[in-house]
Amino acid sequence: MLKFLLKRILAAIPVLLLVILITFLLIRIAPGGPFDRERQASPEVIENLNKRYNLDDPVYVQFFNYLGNLVQGDFGPSFKYPNRSVTEIISNGIPITAELGLYALMVAIGIGVVSGVIAALRPNTAQDYIPMSMSMIGICLPAFVLGPILVLIFGIYLGWLPVSGWGYQAYDKVLPSLTLGAAYAAYMARLTRGGMLEVLSQDYIRTAIAKGLPKWKVVLHHALRGGLAPVITFAGPAAAGLLSGSFVVESIFQIPGMGQFYLQAAFNRDYTMILGTTIFFASLIVIFNLLADVLLVWLNPRLRHSTLKN
Amino acid sequence: MAILEVKNLSVSFYTRDGETQAVQDVSFSLEAGEILGIVGESGSGKSVTCYSMLGLVPMPPGKIVNGQALYHGQDLLTMDEKSLRDIRGKKISMIFQDPMTSLNPYMRIGKQIMEAVQIHEKVSKKEARERAISALREVGIVDAEKRVDAYPHEFSGGMRQRVMIAMALATEPEILIADEPTTALDVTIQKQILDLLKSIQAKRDLTIIFITHDLAVIKSLANHVVVMQKGKIMEEGEAQQVFNQPQHDYTKKLLAAIPTTAKSFPSKVTESTPVLLDVHNLHTTFTKYSGIFFKKIEQEVKAVNDISLSIKQGEILGLVGESGSGKSTFGRSIIRLIESQSGDVLLNGVDLTKLNAVELKTARRDFQMIFQDPYASLNPRMTVFDTLAEPLLTHKLATRQDVGHQVNQLMDDVGLERKHLRKYPHEFSGGQRQRIAIARALALKPKLIIADEPVSALDVTIQAQVLKLLLELTDKHNLTMLFISHDLSVVRFLCDRVAVMQHGVLVELDETETLFNNPQHSYTQKLLSAIPALN
Repeated sequence: MLKFLLKRILAAIPVLLLVILITFLLIRIAPGGPFDRERQASPEVIENLNKRYNLDDPVYVQFFNYLGNLVQGDFGPSFKYPNRSVTEIISNGIPITAELGLYALMVAIGIGVVSGVIAALRPNTAQDYIPMSMSMIGICLPAFVLGPILVLIFGIYLGWLPVSGWGYQAYDKVLPSLTLGAAYAAYMARLTRGGMLEVLSQDYIRTAIAKGLPKWKVVLHHALRGGLAPVITFAGPAAAGLLSGSFVVESIFQIPGMGQFYLQAAFNRDYTMILGTTIFFASLIVIFNLLADVLLVWLNPRLRHSTLKN
Repeated sequence: MAILEVKNLSVSFYTRDGETQAVQDVSFSLEAGEILGIVGESGSGKSVTCYSMLGLVPMPPGKIVNGQALYHGQDLLTMDEKSLRDIRGKKISMIFQDPMTSLNPYMRIGKQIMEAVQIHEKVSKKEARERAISALREVGIVDAEKRVDAYPHEFSGGMRQRVMIAMALATEPEILIADEPTTALDVTIQKQILDLLKSIQAKRDLTIIFITHDLAVIKSLANHVVVMQKGKIMEEGEAQQVFNQPQHDYTKKLLAAIPTTAKSFPSKVTESTPVLLDVHNLHTTFTKYSGIFFKKIEQEVKAVNDISLSIKQGEILGLVGESGSGKSTFGRSIIRLIESQSGDVLLNGVDLTKLNAVELKTARRDFQMIFQDPYASLNPRMTVFDTLAEPLLTHKLATRQDVGHQVNQLMDDVGLERKHLRKYPHEFSGGQRQRIAIARALALKPKLIIADEPVSALDVTIQAQVLKLLLELTDKHNLTMLFISHDLSVVRFLCDRVAVMQHGVLVELDETETLFNNPQHSYTQKLLSAIPALN
């Protein structure tokens, strides 16, 4: 098991390096630089700034300098906020963003899996069509539409929940979590339904019924484990996406998370900030995909015995 | 007194073509302690009859139109779900055809057996575990205390079927419904399972409904037989009577379809017939990985271990062996669908193992394969015409203009009507599909055909037709064939000579009748004695 993990972690390093290299080159190719403003600064100032951030070195030197700092855990200074480091900005945003992501993930898995199972129990009946149409709507509605709708209904008309903020009032975390998790819940519902339908048609389900087990036991004990495989595969990248924050949802609900920095960094040509957020996101993807793989193998005794060593 | 009485049972299914009757007006009764055999081909309704009694037919699309199934006077068909659950698995247990898929691969077998006990009886976990272990012991699982914690994939097919039987019997049911329990097993394993069922039945005075397509299996087991076709009972009676004096034409047809005789005409192969295929010292090895987590165990599996044999022009050589004996690997190694490690394969003097990729592609014209499952081996998105024309066009044996003529010829050869040419594979029955597969193999006029279990997936009457077709075609086109099969009676009916493989080694090779009448190797003797005999 350890060996398998080690191998996978080692394999992730070239992936991350490639991501860094591509991002590094792409942002240099993009027109404009970090110190371009509407009001042009004097050439001397720009030159000084370039010197200060080593932007006058050849690109490959800059790249290796950056890598060198990176392995020491230093993401470099932000170009936009001269007094703060990228590490500091990201680590300030993470707790809030991660909390939001975690709740959204719970929403996604909870609602998604339950409604998927319900739909799979009676395929092609109302019990199937209703949750599945809802999930189709969930996939089609982007967060910037769903968020305001939820705010209107629950925040303004019904007045049940606060319309914005994070941790200032009771229950103000509910709407953002729902908004962020909805689309993922919808995907998970469809994946669960598919996985469950596949498993429910297996011979061993018939065996379980023939034993005299009640239906809920057949589903919980025999079908769910195999039926969730596609969900888990999707949950890896989904978790990475949720935990790294969303610009849209954080803006709608005025949450001081990390989401805003992705966009701002790109607009400002804040090179180090772009790299920092990208690396953060890529690492999350790598980590959660690995977790999903481990979980899949652990759930399946056949894989547990054979795949791990290869 | 009858413990189970089925009266006028009719079951139908809603399909796209409307309502189809799967079971029509079926009645039979089951006496305590007897073994009732229900025989029929696929689609005869034999399984649906039993499944519907236990509420295992999904409704919809299924629907019970009419009838009763009285278990000790209570009608199972009108009973509420909760009461039926108390009977299902407790009083009436089931075992199924495919032990590989019928056990939950995610759950330890002990837990699966315990679950059956715990759902019906108030027992402690420890007690349930004891019951599971003793059930496993009863069905002959060695070291049951340890094996109870194993997963299904850690057992072989025969052992898994034993586990299934243990699970069904752990609740001490009155009736056991066995749905083709030995069909997926090798013949020697089949014999063991049948013997096991017989001994348990005698010991517990169990009542068994045994569903099968195989008359010979029924004959060795059942007291009473019901013959079904297309949802109806054709004949019913004491086993001896049904087998010795069948009354109904369908029963007679079923009995006649089982190949029991040798090849009906003498082999054209003589001493002077030239050799077509010559295999020398062929070795094919796989590396298998096993062991848990840290310990890596690499194991060389010699699937084909130093096999030499030759096939003469126009000869049909049977290759028999149980699953895992390497017979399919051998067939595939010859035509390089699997690369072998060493050895020569001479086809008409050309060594196939030495050909490069381009030469091999051209050479492939000379050998074709027919596979077991015509459902899987025909492209579902191509019409029959396209399937048959494709090889002719790729190998430039026909032009777009005259390909139609050749395709028609092929359809005639395999006994399919030309009007079906524009249809897709799913519109045909299993037997027709296998005919299409045969036509495709014949299209390029190959010198050698490798047929890998071509009739195993077919019903016995269809099998008889396809075998007859193969005999005619080999005779007409002077084909040479390597016929791979696990079914010894089929091999006897078709082949000039027979080779027996075990664990990758060729243990015996002889003229068919010599081998059947006087087997030399102990394994061949064991194989032959395991065949359930009809006469």
